[in-house]
Amino acid sequence: MKLMSILFSAILVNNFVLSKFMGICPFLGVSKNVKSAAGMSVAVTFVMVMASAVTWPVYTFLLEPNGLNYLSTIAFILVIASLVQLVETALKKYIPSLYEALGIYLPLITTNCAVLGVTLLNIESSYTFLETLVNALGAGLGFLLAMVLFAGVRSRVERCNTPACFKGLPITLIAASIVSLSFFGFSGVVEGLFH
Amino acid sequence: MNTILITVAIIAGIGLFFAIVLTIASKLMAVPTDPNVEKVRELLPGANCGACGFAGCDDYAKAVCAGKAQANACVPGGGDVAAGIAGILGVEAGEVTPQAAFLACQGTPAVTGKKYDYQGMTTCAACNQLFYGQKECAYACIGLGDCVKACPYGALSLVGGIAHVDEALCTGCGACTKACPKGLLSVQPKGTPHQVCCSNRDKGAFTRKVCRVGCLGCMKCVKTCPAGAIAVKDNLAHIDPEKCTGCGECVAACPVHAIV
Repeated sequence: MKLMSILFSAILVNNFVLSKFMGICPFLGVSKNVKSAAGMSVAVTFVMVMASAVTWPVYTFLLEPNGLNYLSTIAFILVIASLVQLVETALKKYIPSLYEALGIYLPLITTNCAVLGVTLLNIESSYTFLETLVNALGAGLGFLLAMVLFAGVRSRVERCNTPACFKGLPITLIAASIVSLSFFGFSGVVEGLFH
Repeated sequence: MNTILITVAIIAGIGLFFAIVLTIASKLMAVPTDPNVEKVRELLPGANCGACGFAGCDDYAKAVCAGKAQANACVPGGGDVAAGIAGILGVEAGEVTPQAAFLACQGTPAVTGKKYDYQGMTTCAACNQLFYGQKECAYACIGLGDCVKACPYGALSLVGGIAHVDEALCTGCGACTKACPKGLLSVQPKGTPHQVCCSNRDKGAFTRKVCRVGCLGCMKCVKTCPAGAIAVKDNLAHIDPEKCTGCGECVAACPVHAIV
């Protein structure tokens, strides 16, 4: 039950993009069409789960026993960057089709703050290993939901006659804020569902 | 002092560990790539227009190096690129005929009226869903610029309410032909002497009501053409470019000036 609660609160209530405002860069940059938005989100989900699976043991068995909690940020950046590189090399060799599908998005998210954010928040919330993985998966799926929703909104906004001063980024930001506002409606929903 | 040492050691240790892993991984999992692919890719225009029939310039470069495509398939690149690719791969270049898009419509707002006032999304595709567009002629260029947006070379513009092809900029990639919901654009060899600039397949009497320059299918051009290059099909004249000698008799004969 706790896992379900963590999963759904990561997807809806604590949505990384729309509630915590992390990963705004790809949210605005890659949301021009639904297809690339979905590709980017799948890559992000994949890396989030992988990164959480590696950073949790690094923190629990290496940093914490030595009293080096303050090093988590820099250590995690190091670990995530290397991990993405490793995953990319492995995918290229063994699963070329997945490598082609993720394409440019995989190296792009090496330094994505949403990925770093989810690993740090896992530690901050003192989750167990399993909860960490579930939270990372939820964060990734939440990212996917936000990206696909917003890509749909955006493709419609771009085909409308917007006033000249709002064309391009301004109307995109306004649309993003309205989508974000709609997600605040979810606060409290998950607690009610699983308690 | 000890704390600093441990801190440095741990971070350096993590770094070293991943450095070793990555080095081993890159050696173990190296994927051999053809150096020619890079060279060919650099020659290509990089517009990813898809005129070659592949998903983009990268795809075409791979295919041509693997021997799955001809060296002259890049229409936008023209003869120079074909010769370059042939030089890299050591094969025959073959000829590339320069091509350009052609809009088979002259239906500016001055010659064909409006059925209704369209205020929806500014795309031809959306407008076309509504009673075949806002123009009275159901075959006319809608003029909301789907082709202009599709053109990777900036060769298309809206002039006088319909699309206009700048032949100097057009590379004949055909991206616009896919974007036009009416299928009015086609790719033709550059310097084609005469073409029927209309796509209306309605009967002549109805065409005359909706457009002043629409082909009526009156057969005058067919009778006039000394080379027998013109045929009327579905109330619309077609000129066979193979037989056309470019004499210009049909242009003078056409009562509605639909041949240019």
